[in-house]
Amino acid sequence: MKNKKSLMSSIMAAPHIFWAVLFIVLPLIIVVFYAFTDANGNFSFSNIASLGDYAPIFGLSLELAVIATAICLLIGYPLAYIISKASPKSQKFFMMLLMLPMWTNLLIRTYSIMAILDDGGFLNSIFGAVFNVDEPLFHIVGTKGAVIFGMVYDFLPYMVLPIYTCISKIDKHMWEAASDLGCTPIQTLIKVILPLSMSGIISGVTMVLVPSISTFYISQKLGGGTFEVIGDTIERQFVTGALNVGAAISLIMMILILISITVMNKFSDEDGGIIV
Amino acid sequence: MAKLIELKGITKSYDGECVLNSIDLYIRDGEFITLLGPSGCGKTTTLRIIGGFETADEGQLYFDGAEISDMPPYKRQVNTVFQKYALFPHLNVYENIAFPLRMKKIPEEDIKKRVGDMLKMVALLGFENKSVSTLSGGQQQRVAIARALVSHPKVLLLDEPLGALDLKLRKDMQNELKTIQKAIGITFVYVTHDQEEALSMSDTVVVMADGEIQQIGTPTDIYNEPKNAFVADFIGESNIIDGIMLQDKKVRFAGHTFDCVDGGFEKNEAVDVVVRPEDVDVVDIEKGMLTGQVTSVTFKGVHYEIIVDIKGFKWMIQSTDYVAPDANIGLYIEPDAIHIMKKSKYSGKFGDYSSFSDEIDLLSDADSAEEF
Repeated sequence: MKNKKSLMSSIMAAPHIFWAVLFIVLPLIIVVFYAFTDANGNFSFSNIASLGDYAPIFGLSLELAVIATAICLLIGYPLAYIISKASPKSQKFFMMLLMLPMWTNLLIRTYSIMAILDDGGFLNSIFGAVFNVDEPLFHIVGTKGAVIFGMVYDFLPYMVLPIYTCISKIDKHMWEAASDLGCTPIQTLIKVILPLSMSGIISGVTMVLVPSISTFYISQKLGGGTFEVIGDTIERQFVTGALNVGAAISLIMMILILISITVMNKFSDEDGGIIV
Repeated sequence: MAKLIELKGITKSYDGECVLNSIDLYIRDGEFITLLGPSGCGKTTTLRIIGGFETADEGQLYFDGAEISDMPPYKRQVNTVFQKYALFPHLNVYENIAFPLRMKKIPEEDIKKRVGDMLKMVALLGFENKSVSTLSGGQQQRVAIARALVSHPKVLLLDEPLGALDLKLRKDMQNELKTIQKAIGITFVYVTHDQEEALSMSDTVVVMADGEIQQIGTPTDIYNEPKNAFVADFIGESNIIDGIMLQDKKVRFAGHTFDCVDGGFEKNEAVDVVVRPEDVDVVDIEKGMLTGQVTSVTFKGVHYEIIVDIKGFKWMIQSTDYVAPDANIGLYIEPDAIHIMKKSKYSGKFGDYSSFSDEIDLLSDADSAEEF
């Protein structure tokens, strides 16, 4: 059947293919081209070779992203589990609550968090007024904690959604069968539900880890300029016109993410392949 | 045999709709008992209450003399074979069967032996490492039975376990289940809407309708001595005619007075009379107790199914002799072929074949396959 593609289906697919080539394939080629050339357009490995200088920034980015992802998982799994066990009406309501912040632009949300947590921000003003002190009580913005908080706040829905979808798709008889065969509710969760929702966990981890590792806006605003993550570095390269180094870092990031997704897919069950 | 499970006044409603109305039932140790009834009669709910997946609104459930009404499923000595098997897709055949033993922290060598015994019993040796999703429906069913039996429960609950299998496999599995039940000697509580399945497998049949038990008895009792029009109609084919009990062993229906073998009714009490289609003999018109005109004849293999119009009431008769449509025939009924029942709320609703068609039967079977 496959080789019997009709003319019609080719025509229908054409806009998509055109779009994909123009905005996905072509940019990728440009990135690769810049990564392997110098400022004059000559072939060069110097960009790639210079990447060693950015290893500490890579490390810091990874550290923050992994911590944020872990926190998202710790909050997101129980949340998804509880929502999936609620009545259909409550489920809709909880999902709406979860999605509501996503209607606001990510940059605006991050900026608002900064306005709340800043030394002269909402939180400090309130507590300052209550306890009658002029000095800011909490110094939050500019710490790693603030950046991680921002990541968790911004990306939590991406963790909850796939896990929720996965748990609600589990046949309700699985719970009954587990209980019937001697599992307490906790054992049911660990022995049956957790393994069966593994594909959701892996999707969720991927969907939080990838944007966390490459974010630059959250770290700029909530990091208060005190430290730099890889997203900031890439942005700086492009802003200052060092296109080749920026392209090289981006390329390496892309390869690293691809590798980690492939590895994670290995742990997922056969039918639950992930597309990010 | 001692009472193992006892239900006392079990009542259950969903959203104000009563699905079980004060059910009283006891189940003896070691018997094969079947809850039989049409879709929505409450049979599955009864099973789920015994399994612990539902709790009754009212009434008590006793197990071996102790009340277990509020005991969670994992503490009950009862295991279930679910309608759609509910095997764990992340575990292979061996691990699925070993699952309840692992929960009980049984030593690995014992697990190996017991799982091996179970695999042998359900004829699945060599399937240990297969993924359950690659098995056929019949094989999955066997794994589910092995998994439910491996921890030696006192009772096995089976919720329409053969519903998803094709006819041939179904017959084989019926025999196999009966053999397994006899071999291990534990109580089986079986839920089905298939009356033939119920009659051929059970020691005791519980006929349910509208959230109430209609009759409890052995398969032969249920078939030969149905208590009311519902049971008579649901189990096998029945002609159910309005009659009047003139005195003991004399009943009048269809304009003729018959000798029968039943008694104990009031004089001239209105009753329902059941005559099974296979118990009616076709005779020459002058020898017949009743006479009527054949309206349709259908060949069914072993016999012909003949619909006869007798004074406006359509009878079904099964005969190995061919009768031509539109012929006028005589009918002869032996006294012991006539079964008398008291009037019930089901009187007049069943037992007339004027609107009879095989298709209607098929339709009502199909929608009862999915019941909760």
